[in-house]
Amino acid sequence: MTNPLLMKESALFDYLLRLGDDRLVLGHRLSEWCGHAPILEEDIALANIALDCVGHASMLLKLAGQVEGRRRTEDDLAYFREAIAFRNVKLVEQPNGDFARTIARQFLFDAYSLPLYEELASSSHPVLAAISAKILKEVRYHWRHSSEWVCRLGDGTQESHARMQSALDELWTFTAELFESDDIESLLHKAGVVPLGSSLKPRWDELLRRVLSTATLTVPTANQFMLGGSRQGRHSEHLGHILSEMQILARSYPGASW
Amino acid sequence: MQILEGVKDPEVPVLSVVELGVVRNVAFEKEQVVIQITPTYSGCPALKVMQDEIVSALKENGFPDVRVDIVYAPAWTTDWIGDAAREKLRRYGIAPPQANAADEIVNISSGSRPVPCPMCNSLDTQVQSQFGSTACKALHLCRSCKQPFEHFKVF
Repeated sequence: MTNPLLMKESALFDYLLRLGDDRLVLGHRLSEWCGHAPILEEDIALANIALDCVGHASMLLKLAGQVEGRRRTEDDLAYFREAIAFRNVKLVEQPNGDFARTIARQFLFDAYSLPLYEELASSSHPVLAAISAKILKEVRYHWRHSSEWVCRLGDGTQESHARMQSALDELWTFTAELFESDDIESLLHKAGVVPLGSSLKPRWDELLRRVLSTATLTVPTANQFMLGGSRQGRHSEHLGHILSEMQILARSYPGASW
Repeated sequence: MQILEGVKDPEVPVLSVVELGVVRNVAFEKEQVVIQITPTYSGCPALKVMQDEIVSALKENGFPDVRVDIVYAPAWTTDWIGDAAREKLRRYGIAPPQANAADEIVNISSGSRPVPCPMCNSLDTQVQSQFGSTACKALHLCRSCKQPFEHFKVF
């Protein structure tokens, strides 16, 4: 029996949802800081990064809709899918927590996004390559921001150091699935469309090691229990809550515009 | 092109969409004018406004049939902002991007060149935040004239 997901179009659709949903959920999470960040500059910075992420999601989900060929727009995909149909990793849906936790989440995810979009920028799929080159430029800015904060908090006061370290330790369990591979990914990889998740890991390790040593922080232990399965729609309880908030307007007033 | 010079960036109103490098191509497909534009930053909310203003500017000038396409490659860079436009930015009080967006290395410390103050030209300035009032600008402070100012980031 042929697994329908092994067909290239539907594989690409699923993969684009992974990319787009990651950035959509992360962008929405970051936007929750708007008006609440510890200092004004940071409020603006987080809102800016949130805006970039939602912009990335919009390009990626638009392409996903085109690849799917069922006339679904980026808005349809963002607002009218259930949690189980979302393909983002659990890391990005985790609540903001304190500022250190938000920065740790961003830092771990930026360090993954850098090698990912570097690779995707030379994808054999021309539109995905163009979008990725665009995203990469902004991801570099985000990485600079998050890694500078990791250094400042890690190498700051005793309190900020402790909070930064515990934020990294707590989020560590969500990091393994960033590099998980499956049939969809290998199929697309063989066609030169996407990199293998596992191939991004050495670069991620190196980026982390470099910054964490400057920040006087410790790379969390590798032998922790690691969660997986997000790419197949298995999420933490937090995704449903964030989606209900994000989707309520579009679902209560379909087609609303202002 | 002349008509498009009249369409300004809603967030930096001294620059036109042409000077900003957002307009990539103008062509005719039979009676229809097809304009390609590219976003500055992915999340830039001004893109939709620019798109609408381009259409209405052309309509007012006798081109009723206009299509605006959004293209992503090559990715927008501040290198496309010419010298005259940079000078306009400076006079407007926004420090222009320095020469080249030579893909900045992924570094921990930004330790880049100092940005000259658009008010007094002093180089004794510091970055307050890499993120400013719009996606394309960073916040700086001039230590000589004590003025905060915005810098159009090299990108």
